[in-house]
This record gives sequence, structure tokens and C-alpha cells, in this order.
Amino acid sequence: MNNSQDEHIILSTKNLSIGYKTKKGISIISNDINIQLDQGKLIGLVGANGIGKSTLLRTLTSIQQPLEGSIQLEGKSLSEYKPLELAQTMSLVLTEQLISKNLTVFELVALGRQPYTNWVGSLSVQDRSVINQALEHTNIIDLKNRKCYELSDGQLQKVMIARALAQDTSLIILDEPTTHLDMYHKAYILKLLQELSRETNKTILFSSHEIDLAIQLCDTMIVMTPETVFSDAPCNLISQGVFDNLFPKDLIGFDEKTGSFRVKK
Amino acid sequence: MLTIILLLCFIANINLGSVSIPVSEVFNSIFGTTNNSSWQYIVQDYRLPKALTAILVGSGLGISGLLMQTLFRNPLAGPFVLGISSGASLGVALVILGSGVFGGMFASLLISKWSIVIAASLGSFLVLLAVLLVSSRVRDTMAILIIGLMFGSITAAVVSVLSYFSSAEQLQQYIFWGFGSLGNLTWNELLIFFIIYCLGLLLTVVSIKALNTFLLGENYAKSLGLNIKQSRFIIIIATSLLAGTITAFAGPIAFIGLAIPHITRQVFNTSNHKVLLPAVFLFGAIVMLICDSIAQLPTSDYTLPINAITSIIGAPIVVWLLVRQRKMVF
Repeated sequence: MNNSQDEHIILSTKNLSIGYKTKKGISIISNDINIQLDQGKLIGLVGANGIGKSTLLRTLTSIQQPLEGSIQLEGKSLSEYKPLELAQTMSLVLTEQLISKNLTVFELVALGRQPYTNWVGSLSVQDRSVINQALEHTNIIDLKNRKCYELSDGQLQKVMIARALAQDTSLIILDEPTTHLDMYHKAYILKLLQELSRETNKTILFSSHEIDLAIQLCDTMIVMTPETVFSDAPCNLISQGVFDNLFPKDLIGFDEKTGSFRVKK
Repeated sequence: MLTIILLLCFIANINLGSVSIPVSEVFNSIFGTTNNSSWQYIVQDYRLPKALTAILVGSGLGISGLLMQTLFRNPLAGPFVLGISSGASLGVALVILGSGVFGGMFASLLISKWSIVIAASLGSFLVLLAVLLVSSRVRDTMAILIIGLMFGSITAAVVSVLSYFSSAEQLQQYIFWGFGSLGNLTWNELLIFFIIYCLGLLLTVVSIKALNTFLLGENYAKSLGLNIKQSRFIIIIATSLLAGTITAFAGPIAFIGLAIPHITRQVFNTSNHKVLLPAVFLFGAIVMLICDSIAQLPTSDYTLPINAITSIIGAPIVVWLLVRQRKMVF
């Protein structure tokens, strides 16, 4: 591996094992995970319910410790990051509800600047311009002064993405950003993520159940199956037949020509 | 705008009382240029410290209520959810109700004002310490809320047992403490009160950024680089300094801490603590001054328990605001 290639890798894992340590012993959810996230790419993480997508994301975001193996973020071990340093390298969009929606869209997006602001959190000129750029990138400039409780689910998701953008990190991780959204908005959000990765050169990793859309939009896909974790470009994964083994075969099957799942008649 | 209302309330509060003193004479009394020495005494040593106490109590309770509501993500939380007032009650109950054990002369000596202040502070501090020790072992903020409530139940139970074995006279004294009082502070006591109050306020101001981050939820707060445990600790200490000293000096004053943050949120329609904090400060002080003025029943010799007035005045205001806005904003 040469250095010029090294610079483009934002995050990589080596022989990573994820799971939980309990008093009774260790329960391994998935092991031998070797993935690599490149700069400016959109990466989709898919897999059946309960396969360990959330556990993987929790481990990659340092909420939970890995059982074995290592995670390198920007060439440095994840465990060596201090909280504030991590906040300037990685931002999150989570599935959890906001505690308070009684903030304006601008105020909420501005919270993304917290790792950079002073002790009382006042915004500098530069902070404001980053926030405005984030609002522009996500097409929500006109919502700027609206209250968050007035927004639809789709609009709120855009606001949360803008908040992550304002945090100005090289990696953005989203946990199921398309749940609760209608078909149009699912496509809209994922398309938006694709555009953002192109325009801002940020690496964006999201978990999703929208496999059809992810195949069409992602640069790389991470597919979790009970045996292995695959990571490759969507077309390669299709030709390897990875999606065929994603779900039990009794009900749905993968159609290689259209790149989508069909219900078996 | 609110600052002007606060000033007006402050002036009105000083001017109202059992003895009617002309407005010009009140100001003369403050600056010591009056000829009437009893008026000067009333204004300088009673009304002025009482009005200042009202401001500190109202704003302090409002702010600690706001801190608890944000930290526990619970609109029902108040300054006393951590067991501060029940701890203080226990301390005072032990002194007043338990004094029978020490017998005759010694008992009357024990029930001085300072002993009650010290007992209240000690009681609230010990209960708070217990809550903090237990809660440092749990990761979930909600668990701290439950732990605080449980400690409150324990102390309340001990107080009832003590009450059962007490004389009617002692019970009355204890109940009178429970009514709350703003008017018993000398300038020296007020100074100590003010110093601790400022410490609590300082810690609150330092926490403004953390408080706003908490609005996103703890996982988001963590992803923004916030040290959750440390911020939580500072917020709890700030609350206990504010609510603890207030309870020690003025008794367990109900309602203000719960209601003021709600009134402020409804009026200002925001959750941003940079706006809320000063607004809660001013609202708390204003409401407390108004309540105190009413409790004095101007021109009569009676003084109503401040604790009753805060609820009688405050509760309808909160209900009215909620009905008018048709929804609760948090």
C-alpha cells in the first residue's frame, strides 16, 4: 500500500469483531469485518433485521467498544480519539427523537457548530457561513426560521443532515435515515446524500433497508450476511450473487437484471 | 422590558406592607435621610432585605427548575426532584420534632433560626450526596430522577414517623417552617445567601452550551464532543447550591421552580437557553415579588404563608397559558 492511496481512506477496520460483553460471557454478533471507507464516497450498509447493522454503527462511532480487531479513523486508532476531536472528525444522524422541537431550524443546525464554538456557544462569522452553506446544500434555506415542530418528517430529516454537515467532519454516519419516510422522500434523501458526497467530498455511510435505491445510488455497499460481511461496488456484489443470500429464500428473490427484489409467486 | 417590570415590582414591594409609609419617605429611608427612625428601621432592616430575598428566591428556584427540566427531559421535573427539599425537611424535622428527646432548656436553645438553617442545609446536602453517590453508578439520566424521588419518599416516611411521636406545639412549629418565609433574613444572612447563590448562578451560566446540546438527546450530545457525566455533575451541583440554600433560608417554597420555566417557555416560545435563562431569572424574581406583596396583605397586620400564595397565583397562570396556546411547548 502506498501513501497516496492511504490518504483517501477515511475509515478502515481490521479483523473487527463486534458484539456485547455480558456477565455470562461474550456474545459475538459478527466477526472478521474488514471494510474500508474512501473519501467522498457514498456507502450503504444493508442486511436483514437483527444482523448487527446497528451494532456495527455503534462500534464505528465509538458508542460501544469492539470485542477484537482495530478501527482506524483518518490514520489514527479510534480509541485514541478524545471526545472533542472525534466530534470534529465524525458526525451522526440518529434515529432517536429530538428532546425539544421548540428550536428554529437555524438554531438546530447551529448546534452542529458546538465542537468549534467558545464556552458560551456564540457563533462567529465563519460559523454562520458554514451553517448557511449546510442549509443551502440541503435545500432548506426557506425553512431557516421555522420551528422544528412545524416540519414534516422528511423536512426534519433534511434539517438533521444539515446539522451533521454544519459539524464539518470528513465522515458522516446516518442510522436508517429513510425510516418513516414515503417512497419519494426515501429516494430524495438518498439522492441528496449522493449529491452531498460528490459536492462536499465528505464520506457518507448510512444503514438502510432500501436495498433497491442503495444499489442505484451508492459507490460502495457493505452487505451483512450471517456468515460474512461483503464490501464492494454494487454491480460487483450483484454479479457475485451476494444479494441472493441476504434473506431466506422462501418469500422473495433477487432479480439480477433489474437490481431489485421480487415477491415469489 | 422585563427588567423595567422587575424594577417596578421591586419598588412596589418595598412600598407595600403592614405599616403604610409614604412613597417619598420609603426612598428617604433607604438612603437614611428620613427623620422617622421606626420607618427607617422597617424599610432598611425588614422590607429591603425581604424584597432582595424574594428576587434571589424567585430567580434561583426558576433557574434550578429549568436546569432539572432540561437535564431530565421531563416537564414535570422541578428544583426538588433530587430530594433537596425532602432532605431539608428531614433535617428541620429532626431538630424541631426530635428536640423533645434532648429535653427542656436545651431544646429551646436548639430551635434557634441558625440551627434550622444549618439542619436544613445539612439535611439537603446529605440526601443529595446519597443521590449523587448512587447515581454515579448509573449511566441513564432517567434513573437519577427515580433515585431522587425514592430518597424523597424515604425522608418523607421518616418525617411522618417523627411527627407521630411529637407534641402539637412542635408539629405546629414544623408546619410553620413548611409554609416558607422570605422576611426573616438579616443583612448578614442575606450576604451568605447571596454568595452561595452567585456560585450556583455561575455554574449555570457555564452550562448554557451543554444545556442547549442536551436538547438534542444524550447520544447526539455525546457525538458533539460533550462530556456528559461532567456536564450532568455541574448542572446537578448548580441546582443543589441554588435550591439548597433557598430551602435553608426561606423554607421549601413550592411551585415557582416548576411553573416559572413553563411560563417563560410559553411566553418566549423557544427552548434556547441563551434566551430562556435570563428570561427565567427575571420572571422568577417578578412573580416572587408579586406573590410576596400579596402575602403581606398590605395595610393589614396579617401575613399569609408565601407557599400558599405562590400556588394560588401561579397555578391559574400556567393553566391559562396552556389553554390559550392549546399545546405545551417544551
